[in-house]
Amino acid sequence: MNPASIQLDAQGRLKHFLTIEGLKRQHLIDILDTAESLTGVAERRVKKLPTLRGKTVANLFFESSTRTRTTFELAAKRLSADVLTVNIATSSTSKGETLLDTVRNIEAMQCDMFVVRHAASGAAEFIARHVRPHIAVLNAGDGRHAHPTQAMLDMLTIRRHKGPAFQDLRVAIVGDILHSRVARSDIHALNVLGCANVRVVAPRTLLPPEVGTLGVQVFHDLDQGLRDVDVVIMLRLQRERMSGALLPSAQEYYQQYGLTEERLAVARPDAIVMHPGPINRGVEMASAVVDGPRSVILEQVTNGIAVRMAVMSITLGNQSSPAEDA
Amino acid sequence: MRIAIRGGRLIDPAHGRDGRHDLYIAEGRVVGIDAPPGGFVPERSIDASGRIVCPGFIDLCARLREPGAEHKATIACETHAAARNGITTLVVPADTDPVIDETAVVELIRRRAEAAGFAHVLTLGALTRGLKGEHLAEMAALKEAGCVGVGNALAPVASTLVLRRALEYAASHGLTVFLTPLDPWLGATGCAHDGQIAARLGLAGIPVAAETAALGRDLALIEETGVRAHIGRLSSARACAMVARAQAEGLPVTADVSAHHLHLCEQDIGRFDANAHVLPPLRTLRDREALRAAVASGTLLAVCSDHQPHEADAKLDPFGLTEPGISGLDTLLGLTLKLVDEGVLPLAEAIARITRGPAGVLGIDAGQLGIGAVADVCVFDPERHRALTARTLASRGHNTPFLGWELRGEVTHTLLAGRVVYAHEGA
Amino acid sequence: MHDIERLIDTLANALRAALAARAASAPALVGVHTGGVWIAERLRERLDLPGPIGTLDISFYRDDFTRVGMNPQVRPSHLPFDLEGRHVILVDDVLHTGRTTRAALNEIFDYGRPASVLLAVLVDRGGRELPIAADAVGAHVDLAPGENIKLTGPDPLKLTIQKRP
Repeated sequence: MNPASIQLDAQGRLKHFLTIEGLKRQHLIDILDTAESLTGVAERRVKKLPTLRGKTVANLFFESSTRTRTTFELAAKRLSADVLTVNIATSSTSKGETLLDTVRNIEAMQCDMFVVRHAASGAAEFIARHVRPHIAVLNAGDGRHAHPTQAMLDMLTIRRHKGPAFQDLRVAIVGDILHSRVARSDIHALNVLGCANVRVVAPRTLLPPEVGTLGVQVFHDLDQGLRDVDVVIMLRLQRERMSGALLPSAQEYYQQYGLTEERLAVARPDAIVMHPGPINRGVEMASAVVDGPRSVILEQVTNGIAVRMAVMSITLGNQSSPAEDA
Repeated sequence: MRIAIRGGRLIDPAHGRDGRHDLYIAEGRVVGIDAPPGGFVPERSIDASGRIVCPGFIDLCARLREPGAEHKATIACETHAAARNGITTLVVPADTDPVIDETAVVELIRRRAEAAGFAHVLTLGALTRGLKGEHLAEMAALKEAGCVGVGNALAPVASTLVLRRALEYAASHGLTVFLTPLDPWLGATGCAHDGQIAARLGLAGIPVAAETAALGRDLALIEETGVRAHIGRLSSARACAMVARAQAEGLPVTADVSAHHLHLCEQDIGRFDANAHVLPPLRTLRDREALRAAVASGTLLAVCSDHQPHEADAKLDPFGLTEPGISGLDTLLGLTLKLVDEGVLPLAEAIARITRGPAGVLGIDAGQLGIGAVADVCVFDPERHRALTARTLASRGHNTPFLGWELRGEVTHTLLAGRVVYAHEGA
Repeated sequence: MHDIERLIDTLANALRAALAARAASAPALVGVHTGGVWIAERLRERLDLPGPIGTLDISFYRDDFTRVGMNPQVRPSHLPFDLEGRHVILVDDVLHTGRTTRAALNEIFDYGRPASVLLAVLVDRGGRELPIAADAVGAHVDLAPGENIKLTGPDPLKLTIQKRP
């Protein structure tokens, strides 16, 4: 089954945003261009566009997350939508309500868009298959599967620094690839945009089986993996995974895979360093790198709002309009 | 009831019969082949011309959901579905609720099955109390009550010491032990084969080693204890090779595979199709080919349905949160015949995998149609195709990835101990 | 068919008069993407105005957004100057229903509070649906039902009348 099929309408336009996999280059370029045109909004006197006035966006967070939730919330508000945020992690599912019941309930509140974060892979796609046809579903992270808006904000950040020629770039993704939806979506996005040199750097315990089939080169050694790269994407390491059967200790992880200024020396001199946040300073990277000249981590956050505004306006625009009107 | 089944092609692998033979049945048993005994006047005649007549099928693993999960299915409805599909003997694993670790549960299941009267329902007793892997179950009493073997269903016995003692104890009482190898730690959180698809969809994986590590331990203990063992539901090429080697070395080990593992692989998960969520998981195409070869060679002596009917809600969730299992009674014959069509093994051999093979595993006098045999018979039309839709499924469980498929083989009559328990309308 | 340069001359003259009448000094030019921007560039030369031209893409302000969806070729709005207290000349190629102008005015006010706004259009084709009028016009054109007028460019600029299918 084509992974793109459920998120595209009959004309091939985006109506949900669930995964990068299966999308065409032009879909990604449209998102990036639209986001680019939206980056200036924050500098205006009125940081708001009337685009989604009268629309209601429901943030369904089945898994707690402060950052992603607030940027989606802000993006919706900057487009003048009404925003309803439901932290389901602490509400109904613990009372035994099924996911579908929860969705049906929020649906009955006449929402136009669901932003879904869930701990189970495939949750956003599951919801998209079961909602009423006029509702757009955006995946704000599902288990280990996908986090497509994060990937697009990463791509926007890369494009703003390195230009549109993704085919000339070398990108290293470092850390817990196994559990990372960010890594999976970044890998797909880079591949779709033409980047042929995507590397993953991690010990075997943090890599999925047959990771090479995702279109990446595998490195277990950080110095080799970082050699001559233009972009370094560091991943977050969950606290509970720092010591145990996956890794011996946070210290050893930092020794082996922590990004320091010295280790960054083998990358290209103009390499940029990214991280989806929140950062564990002194575990994934040294503070000197986080706050250093090559870090674009805060720009990622800013770009995240523009990307989410872009995806919201594109999908909601497509949801409510038959293509022949356009 | 005296019944004559005439004009069909009788396939009875136990007696090497495959040809045009008439079958005569009286008082629940086969009383004549080709020629009726003297003075035989049939009360009912079944015209089986163009059809295949064979022993009723024996399914080594079918969950009927009773007692404990009657919202999914019941013994009455699932045995009815079995009859509809030519299956006359079903083996129920011990993971009912309550667990089959007390004779009362064995009794209850037997009574319900007899009341329904559509199929022989055999039970496996628990190997450990509550399937918890800590204390031995009262295996001797369970055997006395009628259990055809003991096993721990899908609950692994984590302690090797407990398992060893359980096998020794079972061996002392001449019980066959039914094991499904699954390492309690390697397979703990997974929901899909630890391969390409799991990597792409971000699903927690179950590596092949979850099966082979447990199987290696099981085989070592089987060898030491000398217990007769049956390994159920193999999923990988490596495990097939291990079982074949053990058999070659003379270990008293038989094995089976589910029909769906012979036709599906990890790719069939597609985009999170919860109907393809099974345990053990669907593995690679290479594994599927090895399982097929092992069925052909006889390393895998039986093909079972691994029937696990579910209510719709059980599959309405993101993939990993759904309950594993496929509703398999409706596809056992069709998928077995599909193996023949795809050149895996000849028809008579295929029939043997769902008749004589499993009967041998159970050590019961069934799965054959010699003179004097209990007349469990299936008559099917091999040329008629059956479209699988929610409406045509006989099981209450509609959770099958084969919905929309069309499978060859339509059962027209099922006889249970000489009684017609299913007859296709107008057939 | 139309002599564009002559139309722009007419528009420039009308605009000069309107600016004088309003005593608007040091006005800022803002073109509506894309035709309005081309005309604004010509006007800047003719009126000899210093400073850059602002561009507006009103995609996010359209009142028919949820009916026609997102234009994938959306460009960023860019106002490289402070609008606060300035006289703004809003330039578009064709004035029709007035909805584009409404959207553009809304967007301008999200950037700041100008002293005044003048509307300059190359062609006024009538058919207003909102109470909006141009302060300076290059030409008034009467179109038959089903006809549409479109500016193509930027080099050369060309006005064409199309029959809608």
